[in-house]
Amino acid sequence: MTTVATKQEDVAAVAHLLRRAGFGATRDQIDQYAARGYEATVEELLNPRYGEPEDQDLMDRYFIASVEARSPGHADPQWAWRLATSEKPLEEKIALFWHGLFAVGGVKLDHGLEMLTEIDLFRRAGLGSFRTILFEISRNPGMMYWLDNQNSHKDAPNENYGRELLELFSMGIDDLGGGAYKEDDVKAAARAFTGWASKPTPPPFFLGPFPMEFRFDPSDHDGAEKSFLGKTGNFNGEDIIDIIVSERATARFIAKRLYLFFVSDEPDEGEIERLADCFQETGGDIRSILRSLFNSDHFKSAAVRFRKVKSPAELVFGAARLTDRFEIPDMDSSTLANYALFMGQHLLNPPSVEGWHEGEEWVDSGSLLERINFAASEVGRRTSPGVTRMLRRVESAGSDLQPGEFVEACLDALGAIDLSQRSKAVLIEHAAQDGPVLSGTPDGAERTIEMFQLIVSTPDYQYC
Amino acid sequence: MATNKKNGHKNPKNLVVIQLSGGNDYLNTTVPYQDGLYYDFRPNMGLKGENVVPLDEKIAFNSHMGPFKRLFDRDKMAVLMGIGYPEPNRSHFRSMDIWHTAEPFTSSSEGWLGKASSLIDPAGKNPVTTVNFGRGLPRALASQGVSVASVGALESYGLYTGLAGARNRDAMLDTVSRIYQPMADGGFPSRRILETGRGALDGADLLREAPSKYTSDIEYPADNPIAQSLKGIAQVMSANLGTRIYYAAHGSFDTHTNELVNHALLWDQVSTAVACFWDDVERQGKGQETVIWMFSEFGRRIADNGAGTDHGSGGVAFMIGDSVKSGLYGEYPKLAQSDQLDGDVRFNTDFRQVYATLLEDVLGVESEPVLKQKFSKLELVKS
Repeated sequence: MTTVATKQEDVAAVAHLLRRAGFGATRDQIDQYAARGYEATVEELLNPRYGEPEDQDLMDRYFIASVEARSPGHADPQWAWRLATSEKPLEEKIALFWHGLFAVGGVKLDHGLEMLTEIDLFRRAGLGSFRTILFEISRNPGMMYWLDNQNSHKDAPNENYGRELLELFSMGIDDLGGGAYKEDDVKAAARAFTGWASKPTPPPFFLGPFPMEFRFDPSDHDGAEKSFLGKTGNFNGEDIIDIIVSERATARFIAKRLYLFFVSDEPDEGEIERLADCFQETGGDIRSILRSLFNSDHFKSAAVRFRKVKSPAELVFGAARLTDRFEIPDMDSSTLANYALFMGQHLLNPPSVEGWHEGEEWVDSGSLLERINFAASEVGRRTSPGVTRMLRRVESAGSDLQPGEFVEACLDALGAIDLSQRSKAVLIEHAAQDGPVLSGTPDGAERTIEMFQLIVSTPDYQYC
Repeated sequence: MATNKKNGHKNPKNLVVIQLSGGNDYLNTTVPYQDGLYYDFRPNMGLKGENVVPLDEKIAFNSHMGPFKRLFDRDKMAVLMGIGYPEPNRSHFRSMDIWHTAEPFTSSSEGWLGKASSLIDPAGKNPVTTVNFGRGLPRALASQGVSVASVGALESYGLYTGLAGARNRDAMLDTVSRIYQPMADGGFPSRRILETGRGALDGADLLREAPSKYTSDIEYPADNPIAQSLKGIAQVMSANLGTRIYYAAHGSFDTHTNELVNHALLWDQVSTAVACFWDDVERQGKGQETVIWMFSEFGRRIADNGAGTDHGSGGVAFMIGDSVKSGLYGEYPKLAQSDQLDGDVRFNTDFRQVYATLLEDVLGVESEPVLKQKFSKLELVKS
């Protein structure tokens, strides 16, 4: 293997990592990460320094209504800005992961501030211990409200939280609706969480929303003995979480969800078991599990590269980040969230408590048209800094490019991506219709933009 | 339409499905307003007096279903009571899957209407045989090799429609069209994605034209999402594109709390939307050839929880159309403790019997390949 080929593979591997652990990267960013090395990049991604971003003040000034946001619609610009510009891509990606798993819908919560508080919880705690995440989300006022726990009383338990905690947040059910727990366990969990609720606090300004805070009401808590998953005691919610987290079913469930989110739409049972072991060995430390995942030969193998259908958020923010045009928070950045909605992913408002159906289900004929139209329009922004740099990359590949060379240069400029041979062949035929590309000329630039637009229109580009 | 003769239905009809997502509370939709047990179990959520509109001496509609009452009185509506399936599941996810795939005992990713669509149009000649309005494709419509158009807004539906400064849009469209040629076998990109692209391209031009040919003086409420979806369906219907299955959803009916307010609002929206749509259908002269089917993934517990109701089983479904034999079907489930199933009503009509009826008597296809077994049909459709 030549040095050049090794370098190309290194670049392709880092590009793959950044598509999965983030939202892809520009070709220049990929070079910067690749220079540091793959494993060093993994560590950097896994250890973002949590804290208020420097530009938070700028964001708040431009979108005053998004500060202490009333509705999820008001809150949208805040998360869209982070997704489009954050330099800590895994912090946002893991927030997206937990947002899909602990799906709280804005349609009911209807409280932008609480939705953002929750996303920030995932940024802060999302790479840490699963027990902590589960404990915090169980005390999260938005979640308590969303799953009606404030209406779950000692003498009239509401089963909603107890059921979804087991079914959708930790142990899971199999394809037939069965699980490692029984209806009685749901009822016991519901009783243990009675008295866990939320209360509004005074709004920060006139006509502002009421921030919510956790409240435990001992007088409304059922402290009597319960049997849960074969154990008996006067369990409260925290005890229930401790029992759940020690269950193998939970380790497997979270391992599988992480696998499907970060690796491939096709589950690999061996790898999921390995990740579940890692979950149990590390007491459910998400950072350790992801380190093991990203550094595995399985993750780096060709078998899983471009084998995960991009979620709308991945597609939208991936394509938008290529343009590198977001200097200040404006309508351009805030409307990005709407495009994800048109493609079937309403951020801050998942369709139900089960989150989104992922994988190929993202792509139906309506959403595919939205995906293509959006991505083509993004890479067509020829005056944006990112697209200008992409054009220069193609120019630097040679002034007189044969169709095959031209397509390869465009793929490289778009972030070291690749296509199936059959798709590539059709694009080369397209390029050949007008002969060699004289890059650096106005016609060459137009043809390059057109090729960018065709590449992001391919079925291959729907995968990451 | 080769399959029609076998089933004796000469005039296959078009099906409009409206999914009530989240688990519609059966007991507060069709209210057993003379049953004391209902009020015993629902001290907080029981509807009475001006909050109900009686259909007969036992059953009443929720008063927020006024337009439904008028359709019922005009003999256009069958109300299917006590509908469900064996061994009910109370998970939204699993129960909706069961209604979508018609498979209570195994897991499947193939939807019953996706399969029906492939029987209606086996060669996939018409990319708009089935049209979904809304975000994402419900599993009911998913089937390998079946292209379903999924539409947000008809007016802007298409490829590169708003692409500024495209160098040569026709040449680009031609290339994209060649890239989305499905391959014979499984490979990468997947056949499903390629077929989706194929269908999207073929269907887009047809559908985008539909609104320009549509005229109507019906005013669908602008702030009512299901009304806007049904308006889109009326527009596609008026374009006569050969669409046989339409799908739309509304929700969330997951009324664990604040049910009296939320459930009323939802039914105001749904019944107003359906009434507008049915007026439109009648003015298009398509009342005979159109059947609406409305369902939810489950009903809710008999007893209320103080502020709402939790997930239950058994429910109510509706069929609407000129060709529907109107009336109340099935028995209203008994509410006594001894008749309950873990706190829920027991179903008495398997929804798959209705599916068999819809498949054969409405869509004019054989039901057995879709449902994997023979279910006895119900006499719901006028021959």
